[in-house]
Amino acid sequence: MAHSSSSYEPSTGVEKWVDERLPIPRLMHDQFLAFPTPRNLNYWWTFGGILTFMLVSQIATGVVLAMHYVGSVDHAFDSIEHLMRDVNWGWLLRYTHAVGASMFFLAAYIHTLRGLYYGSYKAPREILWMLGVLILFMMIATAFMGYSLVWGQMSFWAITVITNLFSSLDAVVPGIGTRLVEWIWGGFAVGGPTLTRLYSLHYLFPFLIAGVVVLHIWALHIPGNNNPTGIDVKSPRETIPFHPYYTIKDGFALALFALFFACFVFYAPNLLSHPDNYIPANPLQTPAHIVPEWYFLPFYAILRAIPSKLFGVAALIGSIAVLFFVPWLDTSRVRSTSYRPIYKWFFWAFVLTCIALGYLGSQPPEGIYLVFGRILTAYYFLFFLVVMPVVGWIEKPKALPGSITESVLGPQETPVAAAKPAPQRRAPEPVA
Amino acid sequence: MTKPSPFGLALIAGFVVAFAGALSAALAEDAKPAAEPVSHEAQFDSQKWSFTGPFGSFDNAQLQRGYHVYKQICSNCHSMQLLSYRNLGEDGGPEFSPEAVTTLASEVQVTDGPNDKGEMVQRPGRPSDRFRSPFSNDAAARAANGGALPPDLSLMAKARPGGPDYIYSLLTGYRQTPAGFDLAPGMHYNIAFPGHQIAMPPPLFDGAVPYTDGTKPTVDNYARDVSAFLMWAAEPKLEERHELGARVVIFLIAFCVIMFLAKRTVWARLHPKAAHTA
Repeated sequence: MAHSSSSYEPSTGVEKWVDERLPIPRLMHDQFLAFPTPRNLNYWWTFGGILTFMLVSQIATGVVLAMHYVGSVDHAFDSIEHLMRDVNWGWLLRYTHAVGASMFFLAAYIHTLRGLYYGSYKAPREILWMLGVLILFMMIATAFMGYSLVWGQMSFWAITVITNLFSSLDAVVPGIGTRLVEWIWGGFAVGGPTLTRLYSLHYLFPFLIAGVVVLHIWALHIPGNNNPTGIDVKSPRETIPFHPYYTIKDGFALALFALFFACFVFYAPNLLSHPDNYIPANPLQTPAHIVPEWYFLPFYAILRAIPSKLFGVAALIGSIAVLFFVPWLDTSRVRSTSYRPIYKWFFWAFVLTCIALGYLGSQPPEGIYLVFGRILTAYYFLFFLVVMPVVGWIEKPKALPGSITESVLGPQETPVAAAKPAPQRRAPEPVA
Repeated sequence: MTKPSPFGLALIAGFVVAFAGALSAALAEDAKPAAEPVSHEAQFDSQKWSFTGPFGSFDNAQLQRGYHVYKQICSNCHSMQLLSYRNLGEDGGPEFSPEAVTTLASEVQVTDGPNDKGEMVQRPGRPSDRFRSPFSNDAAARAANGGALPPDLSLMAKARPGGPDYIYSLLTGYRQTPAGFDLAPGMHYNIAFPGHQIAMPPPLFDGAVPYTDGTKPTVDNYARDVSAFLMWAAEPKLEERHELGARVVIFLIAFCVIMFLAKRTVWARLHPKAAHTA
């Protein structure tokens, strides 16, 4: 689809002149206005646009916040309070940025689960999916570093806990983990050098993310969008131009999302963060419970479910890294979970597992919480490593509709493109 | 095995449960039994405040009374380093008159300087000065308080779970030490404090601070007023936030309706066409 010839017609002399030299208007026209998009995308597909908005919002608010922030252990906390109290609209900027991080993750998780449900990672979209996982990794790093900059108690102790994870490498080569941690800290404890490097990287990463987002969209525009049926587009009639159809649909979804976002910013700006982060960092006093932000809780539960520090860290990283391999772990011939009667149950169990792990991550790692944490951690990995390959192999998918048009309008009496039955990504009849 | 057989499903489910169970059992060896149940959890109830809810705003008179309670009681030990006297006259706060702010500021002596002789000088406070701290440093504060550091109160209402509810409950939470409770020397029994042992002696008693507006000078009112005052101190832009929020939310609701109608109109173009061509 992306290879279809351009429909861009430069209408003025200036456009023609630009088009012959740097055809950005043509690129924008072909990729964002005329881009052929399946007509049956549902509202779960609107989160890509929402995420783009969130990235821009975070960068825009963050750049202004950086104008008021002082990256020093003596002034970081107070500079933020100065912003909250004495800078015009400072409270709005800061709450928008802080709540924005939560909203960004909420949208990213929905977007990821949508891809997982509809099989958007399957050929020919593997690279698209892997770039998305890379973005998720970078978002996690960025959010962690941003939370650190507040230099409250939770910031300080989160840095301490997370950076110390690297010392688990001491179990592999004695001393190497400790050296690595000291190198990251820039000293023998979390301190000034740690804060300034986190600040530097927190400012850098969003722009790296923006770069990978460009690649992600590029990789999307080669095969075009997947769709709720998971069937390939078979005729141009099954697509509509991105503009105005999806600009308006994404716009509506974005407005709803912005409303949800605004309710938090204006009426519950601190609901999603921890009160302890309003206490300035104190290296001499450890909080009773060190808990991360809500969007890291499932991973925190996985980390603490494993009794060995090294393997706990491996599981923590593996819980996201495993997503890279999903395109090859899933052996099903159909993309969309809607046509997968067995896998469907495992998928929803996986979603519930993630939510339950989030709850367990907020509880002390003891007693029944730990037992459930371990059972659910086991399911988390089994879902990817066992369920995906095995179920895809033994399951017989439901009959797919003949085409996207048919899925929307029901079986067609005189199919338009019915000269020949188009090849379908359907499970072959099993050989007895 | 061609059908989505219940057998296959059960097999997989069984495998998952068995594996998870085995893994958990294997790992559970070092799972310590949960710590003995803590019976000293902080107990506090939510109170009714004027500033909660989307349309909540501060009660200026309450904040003014709360400031007096802070000034005459709390400020003997607790600093509020993020606040300046000028804040007391700003919109959405106690809203003392400019003259009152100047008077309140001038009641304290602050150290300024060095002057052109290189000496530090004492002068009356100005509205631009930060609230004067009771101790010159943390060590002095500890020395005067039996080793305990009275925390700064600027952000207290956001830095504890429960916020103003917690502060109110703490100030009214002093009780007779129950029999059998092992209270450390110099500590006080308080049901709202985690662990129930607090270094701060009961700070409030009826009539300690004169009220001039007819409010009863009781511990309950003092606690309520100073909690509201500390909420304002922690979140001085709360009223501005609620007011702007109402406008933004109303705008966004209208915008959502417009976008919905626009979306429906644009997409309606597809339907007749789709029906004909199909």
